[in-house]
Amino acid sequence: MSATQTLLSVTGLTKHYGAHLGCADVSFDLYPGEVVGIVGESGSGKTTLLNCLAGRLAPDEGRVQYTDRLGDSMDVHAMSESRRRFLMRTDWAFVHQNPRDGLRMAVSAGGNVGERLMAVGARHYGDIRSQAIDWLDKTEVDVGRVDDRPDTFSGGMQQRLQIARNLVTGPRLVFMDEPTGGLDVSVQARLLDLLRRLVAEMGLSAIIVTHDLAVARLLSHRLMVMRRGHVVEQGLTDQVLDDPQHAYTQLLVSSVLQP
Amino acid sequence: MTPESETDQQYNFAYLDEQTKRMIRRALLKAVAIPGYQVPFAGREMPMPYGWGTGGIQVTAAILRRDDTLKVIDQGADDTTNAVSIRKFFKRVAGIATTEKTREATIIQTRHRIPETPLEDGQIIVFQVPIPEPLRFLEPRETETRKMHALEEYGLMHVKLYEDIARHGHIATTYAYPVKVAGRYIMDPSPTPKFDNPKMNRTPALQLFGAGREKRIYAIPPYTEVVSLDFEDHPFEVQKWDRPCALCGATESFLDEVIMDDQGTRMFVCSDTDHCEKRRGEGHVGPAQEAAE
Amino acid sequence: MYVAVKGGERAIDNAHGLMAEDRRGDPEVAELTIPQIREQMKLAVDRVMTEGSVFDRDLAALAIKQARGDLIEAAFLIRAYRTTLTRFGASLPVDTGKMKIDRRISAAFKDIPGGQVLGPTFDYTHRLLDFKLAAEGGEAPMALPVDADGETAPHVLDLLAAEGLVETPGMANDDAAPADITREAPEYPMDREARLQSLARGDEGYLLALAYSTQRGYGRTHPFAGEIRLGRVSVEFMPEELGFPVEIGEIELTECNMINQFKGSKAMPPQFTRGYGVAFGHGERKAMAMALVDRSLRSEELGEEITAPAQDQEFVLSHCDNVQATGFLEHLKLPHYVDFQSELELVRRMRGEAAE
Repeated sequence: MSATQTLLSVTGLTKHYGAHLGCADVSFDLYPGEVVGIVGESGSGKTTLLNCLAGRLAPDEGRVQYTDRLGDSMDVHAMSESRRRFLMRTDWAFVHQNPRDGLRMAVSAGGNVGERLMAVGARHYGDIRSQAIDWLDKTEVDVGRVDDRPDTFSGGMQQRLQIARNLVTGPRLVFMDEPTGGLDVSVQARLLDLLRRLVAEMGLSAIIVTHDLAVARLLSHRLMVMRRGHVVEQGLTDQVLDDPQHAYTQLLVSSVLQP
Repeated sequence: MTPESETDQQYNFAYLDEQTKRMIRRALLKAVAIPGYQVPFAGREMPMPYGWGTGGIQVTAAILRRDDTLKVIDQGADDTTNAVSIRKFFKRVAGIATTEKTREATIIQTRHRIPETPLEDGQIIVFQVPIPEPLRFLEPRETETRKMHALEEYGLMHVKLYEDIARHGHIATTYAYPVKVAGRYIMDPSPTPKFDNPKMNRTPALQLFGAGREKRIYAIPPYTEVVSLDFEDHPFEVQKWDRPCALCGATESFLDEVIMDDQGTRMFVCSDTDHCEKRRGEGHVGPAQEAAE
Repeated sequence: MYVAVKGGERAIDNAHGLMAEDRRGDPEVAELTIPQIREQMKLAVDRVMTEGSVFDRDLAALAIKQARGDLIEAAFLIRAYRTTLTRFGASLPVDTGKMKIDRRISAAFKDIPGGQVLGPTFDYTHRLLDFKLAAEGGEAPMALPVDADGETAPHVLDLLAAEGLVETPGMANDDAAPADITREAPEYPMDREARLQSLARGDEGYLLALAYSTQRGYGRTHPFAGEIRLGRVSVEFMPEELGFPVEIGEIELTECNMINQFKGSKAMPPQFTRGYGVAFGHGERKAMAMALVDRSLRSEELGEEITAPAQDQEFVLSHCDNVQATGFLEHLKLPHYVDFQSELELVRRMRGEAAE
């Protein structure tokens, strides 16, 4: 086996909602610098899985093991809430589909980006502000709008701001739930470019949930195809999309990629 | 001491029954043990309206002894109507001695000010608190704010200060200015002006806070570190006036602005009436006094 | 010279004198007596007992007189008095199934065992001012033959519960001491027992508005008035040293059981659920509103989506007490000039900076 340590190691993750199945027996490893896409139609359990992975939802069975910068391995669901929240504002980031869920709409763009810095102890206004401006620039948000509230921003700008807010503390692992959902096609393309560039520059690991195979192809190294709570196929992105083995993946690929 | 005959014998000493006092004292002990932490307590319905100092009154009632000397101030003054009303209440139900002199008081109940005269070892100051939760206006839910305190998640508090500076160039909070107590809990100092915040730091007196409607008690033990939140490059600072008290000439005290006539003539005088009188007794004179002479 | 804050003591005494004079009104008009208020202002007395949390008609009547007819102020007087009362313990749960009924209706069934009993109600009156009442000394109305003179009747909902169509009410745990919101600081999430206590002493107008909001679609609960009953129940107390219950008196109660549609959840099959309301004396509007709000606050327990104000327990419960609310609202009348001075200084400074 490779000597590289896994970042996230997932075994037998299962979540039910009463009689309804959320996701069942999901296992996989994520290595540093790797981007995994989770695809499937709506209701297939992608978002449930993502929330279980990110510690936002307790699974019925299974484990999610995270290895931190020091090489210490920890069970995401067994750790204390304070430890988990600390991870959420340091090593991890979560990008919501709807920027409203990930931003404070009544706080200026600068304050939104600065919050994570202040949450981990930054106490120099000038430094916080210049880092916020730097990140607005990196995410292609007009730096002149640093003091404007996000509710005056366009949807694409709000989403870029959410990304800036998440990445400012240099996380190692980013969870993304349909990051380009609800945006116009041209806006989507720009956001995808940005994400791809940032992921590459920062060497980020990411888990991206999307129903859009084009997004998955562009961003992820590996793909997991979900259907009715089960992972029906997983492998390298090109391999899964160009030579799908499972009948459901074949259907998915043919209906989406070939018009 | 007030003669026993003036005391209302229909009620237990200091109004509350002994059982209730014990319950409040237990909450106070816990509060002192965990500086700045808001301890829930089963506040009683008092014969004054909620919001008029019922929390402070219950704390005072629970700690009051027959040989205590009580001072009650509101806005720094002993003669404001609500201070008068509360002092009268304790005279009636406890028959204790009262004073207007900060030095002579063993217990000082206050609303909105800390006396200018530095408090001493052995004195207790009791604050009336309307909203004890410093995070309340950032997050209305009690369930959430308690979690934020428990996990020491205070980033949001600094976001508010950041927003002030981004918008106004400086922190725009003037009263109920949040503090961090003993390096752990963020606390609302009650709606005292931020001018009084430095007085809370390492004071020899015991500081007790009672919120009756919200049913919370908290405390700062003597000599405890109390730090007003700020940024390194925008340090905390207090209000300053560009003139002295018109009556006593004090330059270091909190001044109230009094409108003198319908031409808008204004006078600035000490909000702490005892402090002002003491200074005048010592021969200090302010510009208004000089002009009159 | 500077006198603004001086003279507080005399001002207070004068204000008290003026208030006493105003309370009495024109001395030419006969003074109201406590029995008159108690007997002829029954619904006001009942509301003050409910919101003041003390069942004592004479005290409530006195409070109304002293408060010059301000019912929230009267409830406040009763509450402050209540604090000073010695506490002996909790009564046994009253059995409203054994209520001696004066009024009892169900809107869900045409006829019910024990019958529909209209009793004393405004319901089918025409709201026309009755000028005969303006003339004093009219004859006392004849006592009419009573439909149900203190008979008992089973709870309508128990009949449905037997079939499993409506949930059986949660039984209070007899071994555990009942929750007491006057002895414990509120803690959220609050269990139903404590929620019902808060609602029972909650402001009628506030609960009415919240209940109304659920009817208009802000968290619909599809209610039917399963049963509303008014009557007398006996109160029993079990002194520890005796070991058997002793009847200590009889109180009048209004009780409302709402039936609400429920589609079922992962934990429960579809069935009708309940909302519960109760008030001292005759307080139908209060009991009904309370029942609707109680049901709304069960949204979380029943797995319903929480979208409306009436479903949000921290919102509903922390604002339902009118004595707390009125105190905090009216405290704005207290001097705030120190804080205002601080703000004034800030605004002046910022205006100065803006002008530069």
